[in-house]
Amino acid sequence: MNPSLIFDIKRYAINDGPGVRTTVFFKGCPLHCEWCHNPESYSAQKQKLYSKEKCIGCGDCVEACEQHACVLTPEGIKTDTTLCILCGKCAEVCPTKATEMSGELRSVDEIMDVLKRDVPLMEQSAGGVTFSGGEPLMHPELLILLLDECGKMGIHRCIDTSGMSNSELLLEVAEKTELFLFDLKMMDSKQHRKFTGIPNDTILKNLRKLAETDVQIIIRIPLIKDVNDNDDNIQKTAEFIAALPGEPRIVNLLPFHNSAVKKHEKLGQIHDSRPLSEPSAQRQTRIIEIFKTNGIQASIGG
Amino acid sequence: MTFLDHCQKKTLYLGEDELIVGERGPAPKAVPTFPELTCHSVEDFKVLNTREKQPYTISQEDINTYAEEVIPYWKGRTQRERIFNHVPETWRRAYEAGVFTEFMEQRAPGHTALDGKIYKQGMLDFKQEIQAHIDTLDYLNDPEANDKAEQLHAMNISCDAVILFAERHADLAELKAKTENDPLRKAELLTIAEVCRWVPANAPRNFWEALQMYWFVHLGTITELNGWDAMNPGHFDQHLAPFYERELAEGSLSREQAKELLCCIWIKVNNQTAPPKVGITAKESGTYNDFTNINIGGLKPDGSDGVSDVSYLMLEVIEELHLLQPGSSVHISPQTPDKFLHTASKVIRQGHGYPSIFSPETYIAEMVAMGKSLEDAREGGCSGCIEVGAFGKEAYLLTGYLNVPKILEITLNNGLDPLTGKLAGIKTGKPDDFYSYQDVYDAFLKQLNFIVDQKIRVSNYIDTMFAKYAPAPFLSVVIDDCIAKGRDYYNSGPRYNTNYIQCTGLGTITDSLSTIKKHVFENQTISMDQLLLAVANNFEGEEKLRQTIVNRTPFFGNDDDYADDIALQVYEDLLAAIDGKPNTKGEAFHLNMLSTTCHIYFGKVLGATPNGRLAGKSISDGTSPSHGCDVNGPAAVIRSLTKLDHTRSGGTLLNQRFLPSLLKRDKDIKKLGNLIRTYFKLGGHHIQFNVVDTATLRAAQAAPEDYKDLLVRMAGYSDYFNDMNEDLQQEVIDRTENESF
Repeated sequence: MNPSLIFDIKRYAINDGPGVRTTVFFKGCPLHCEWCHNPESYSAQKQKLYSKEKCIGCGDCVEACEQHACVLTPEGIKTDTTLCILCGKCAEVCPTKATEMSGELRSVDEIMDVLKRDVPLMEQSAGGVTFSGGEPLMHPELLILLLDECGKMGIHRCIDTSGMSNSELLLEVAEKTELFLFDLKMMDSKQHRKFTGIPNDTILKNLRKLAETDVQIIIRIPLIKDVNDNDDNIQKTAEFIAALPGEPRIVNLLPFHNSAVKKHEKLGQIHDSRPLSEPSAQRQTRIIEIFKTNGIQASIGG
Repeated sequence: MTFLDHCQKKTLYLGEDELIVGERGPAPKAVPTFPELTCHSVEDFKVLNTREKQPYTISQEDINTYAEEVIPYWKGRTQRERIFNHVPETWRRAYEAGVFTEFMEQRAPGHTALDGKIYKQGMLDFKQEIQAHIDTLDYLNDPEANDKAEQLHAMNISCDAVILFAERHADLAELKAKTENDPLRKAELLTIAEVCRWVPANAPRNFWEALQMYWFVHLGTITELNGWDAMNPGHFDQHLAPFYERELAEGSLSREQAKELLCCIWIKVNNQTAPPKVGITAKESGTYNDFTNINIGGLKPDGSDGVSDVSYLMLEVIEELHLLQPGSSVHISPQTPDKFLHTASKVIRQGHGYPSIFSPETYIAEMVAMGKSLEDAREGGCSGCIEVGAFGKEAYLLTGYLNVPKILEITLNNGLDPLTGKLAGIKTGKPDDFYSYQDVYDAFLKQLNFIVDQKIRVSNYIDTMFAKYAPAPFLSVVIDDCIAKGRDYYNSGPRYNTNYIQCTGLGTITDSLSTIKKHVFENQTISMDQLLLAVANNFEGEEKLRQTIVNRTPFFGNDDDYADDIALQVYEDLLAAIDGKPNTKGEAFHLNMLSTTCHIYFGKVLGATPNGRLAGKSISDGTSPSHGCDVNGPAAVIRSLTKLDHTRSGGTLLNQRFLPSLLKRDKDIKKLGNLIRTYFKLGGHHIQFNVVDTATLRAAQAAPEDYKDLLVRMAGYSDYFNDMNEDLQQEVIDRTENESF
C-alpha cells in the first residue's frame, strides 16, 4: 500500500459540514471526475506543482536538481518527468514557492496537533473535523487512527467520500464517524464511467448499505450543465434516494465552479476537455422542485 | 470665564427640521481653532485649504485676523511652544526620527467617556454639589484649599455657561416658532424650546431630553478645550433604555420616534469635524473627524446583560444611515444573546466597516488588573478606537504611538537613524558584534527602554503643563471624583488617572526578528551583513533574497509557535518597559496596542525591514499580523493573537478582512459569530472586519464617484475609501483576503 499523503489541512472551512470545520485532505482518488476542483487529489503519489507567474527565473531549482530534470526555458521551468524522481529538492530551494510539492507524509500526532488548536472553535460552532480528499477511504490505516483519536477528544467527525470503497471498510469506518458527506454524481453507469472513469454500481451499493446503519448522511450532488442536470438523471437520482432505508435524506446541490483550471496548469496538465459550467438558476430551481416532488429536501450549497 | 463668555456670544445654529440642537461652530462641520494650545501659521491655513484630502475652508478674512491679532498675541505663549522649549535633545532626536509621536503637542488630552450620571442629575444638581464642597473647604488645615476653591468656582461657572447656552437655544426655537407656518414644525420648535429650558439644567425626564442632555454635555466638553478624540457617551443604549421603555409603556413615545431621535444624534456627531492640525500633520493627516465610539450591548454594572431594544434600534440606525461618525462597537459577553450578535454581524456584512466588536469579559479583566473596582470596570468600556477606560470616572490619556519596528531599525544601526544618519537612540553595539540572536534582542531591549524613558519623561512634563495652564472645569463636573477632590480633570481629579503609550507594529517587529533568528543565526543561510546591506538598499537587486524571506520565514498570525513566541516575548518586554511606570498623578503608565492610522506614518519614516517589507510601506497595525502574511485563515489568526495575555494591556487591535463571498448565507454569518465568540473565549479584546472584495476596491479607485458610500474599517475606525490617500487605499487592498475558504 502507498503511504498516506496529505495535501492540505484547511482551517475555518465553512463548506464542509456543520459548524466551522478543519478539513484534512487525503491525496489519491479512485474517481477522476472531469469537474473535480482538486485535480491534485487524483494521484496518490507526490506531485510537483509549478506556477509560472510566481517564478522569478532564478534557476536555483535547476542547480538543486540532482537528476537534471529541471530546465530553465524562456517559458519558465520545464520538468522532464522521465527524469524527475519527485524528491522535492527543487521545491525546497524555490524562494517564491513557484515550485511546490503536493502531498506530504504527516503523522497522526502532527495532524492532531493542528486539530486540537481548533477545538474551541469547533465546540463553539458545533463544528468538527472533516476528512476529505481525494478519497479518505483509500487510506484506512491513517484514517482510522485519526478517527479514534478525534473520538477520544469528542471531536465531531465527518467523512466526505466518493463512496468508492470496500464495503466492509466503509461500514467499519461508519462506526467511528458521526456524519458522511456522500457524493452522488449520476445514475447511468455508462455515463458515470465516461465522466469519472469508473462505473457507479459499487457506489450505489455502498450508499444503500450505509443507509442501513444509523450514521447521519448528507448526499452531495455536483451539478454540471449538460452532464448530470437533465430531468431524467435528476428524477432517477431522486427516486434512488427516496428508496433508501432510514430517515428521509438531506441533499446538498453543489453547482460546478470553474476553479480548477489554474490547478491543472500548475500540475503541468493540459485540461482539454470541453468547458464545463453550472446549470442556469432556472434549471437549479427546477432540479430542487424535482427532488421536492419525490419528497426530498434539496438545497444549494452545504 | 472664557467658556461662559463664549457660550453667551457664540453664533447659534438651528437647522431646518432639526430635533436635537446645538453645534460647536456657527454651522455644522465648522470648527474653531485653539491658539492657546497650538497656534496655526498663515502657511498652515494655506496647506489646510489646499491639501488633497479633506481640505478645510478658511476665509481670507479669518486668516488676516489671525495674522494681525491672534498670532502676535500667542507667540511664545502656547502650550506647544512651552513643551517644545523644554524637551531634552534625546527626546527631540527620537521624535524627529519618527520613533514616537506626541499626542499633546497639538491638542489637549481628552478622550473620555461618560457614565450614567447626567441622566440622573442636571447642572443645577451639580452646582449644589459643588457649592456644598466649597462651603466645607478647610482653609486652615488644607493647604490646597485655595486652589480647590478656585477650581470649584470654575466648575460652577462652567455649569452656568452650559445652562445659558441651552437657554439661548430655547429662545431661538421660540423665536423661530413664531414665524413658522407649518403647524407640525411649529410644534417641534416649541418642544425643542421646552427641552432646552429643562436640560441640561435639570435631569432629563424623557428620551428626547436625555439625548439633548447628552448633546449639550458633549458640546460643552469639546468647546471648552480641544481634547483629543472628543467625547463618548459610553454605554448609550443602557443609559437610554429606562427612558425608552417607560415611555413606550406609557404610550408617549413610539419606536419610530425613538429611532428618528437617535438618527438626529448620529447626524449631530457626524457633523463635528476635528480641529485642524498644524505643520506636517496638517498636510499628511487625512483625518478630519473626532472619534466618538458608541458602545452597544455589553454588560450592566451589576454584571447582567445590557442588550435592550434600544441596542437593536441603534443597529438599525447604523445600517440605515451608514455615516462616518459616530463609530460604533458591539460588546459581546457570554450573556449576550445570539440574536444580538447575529443582528450585529449582519450589519458588519454590509461592509461599512462597523460596528467593531469587543469582549467585555476581557476588558473588565484589564481594568480590574489596573486597579479599578469591578463595578467601575463594568461601567467602563471602549472609547475612541480600542482603548479601555472606566467611563465617567477616569482620565485615560493616550500620550502617543511608539514605532516599535523603528526601534529595531536604529538598534541594527547602532543608535543611528539610517534615513538621516543622525543619532536617534543610544549606541547599543555594531551588528558585527552580535554573535547570537539573543545579542540582537538584548540590544533592542536596551534601545526600547531608553526610548520609552524619553517618552515618559516628556509626557509627565506635558501633564504638569496641562494641570497648570489648561484646566477643563466643565469636563471635571461630569467626571467622578473631580468635585469631591476639588481638583481638575487634568490634575488628578478623576477617580482613576491612567497614561497609555500605544505600541504599533507587533507583526512587523515579530516577522523581522523571526527572519534574523531563523536565517541568520539558526540556518545561517543569510549573513547579517548580507541582510543589512539588502535592507539598506531597500532590497534592490535582492528580490530573490526578499522572496526567500517572505515565503520561507515563520510569520506572526499563522498559529506557528516559532513566530508567535517571538511576538509574545516582544509583548512581555513592552509591558516590562511601560507598565507600572509612575505618572504625575500617583498612578501609572500602561501599554496599549492601538495604531489608528499611525502605522502608515511610521512606515513612511522607516526604511526597509528584515521581514522583506519595503521602505516607506506601512507597518502592521495594532496587534494584527503583517498585511497579507496571515495565510492560514482566521482560525489560526485568533490562536496566534490569544497567545498574548490581553488582560495585561489597555487594549489590543485585530483587523480581519473578509470578502462578501464568505458571508453570503445566514449560516455563514452564524459561523462568523462563532469565530468572534471563540476569539473572546480565548481572551481576545477586540476584532473588526472589513467585508469587501478587491475587485470592488479597485473599481472604487478607478471610478471614485460611483463608490462614494464605500466605507472601510481602518485600524480602529472607519473611513470613506475615496477620502483616503493612495497609500491608505493600497493598504486596504493589500490586507489579506480570506477568499479561498
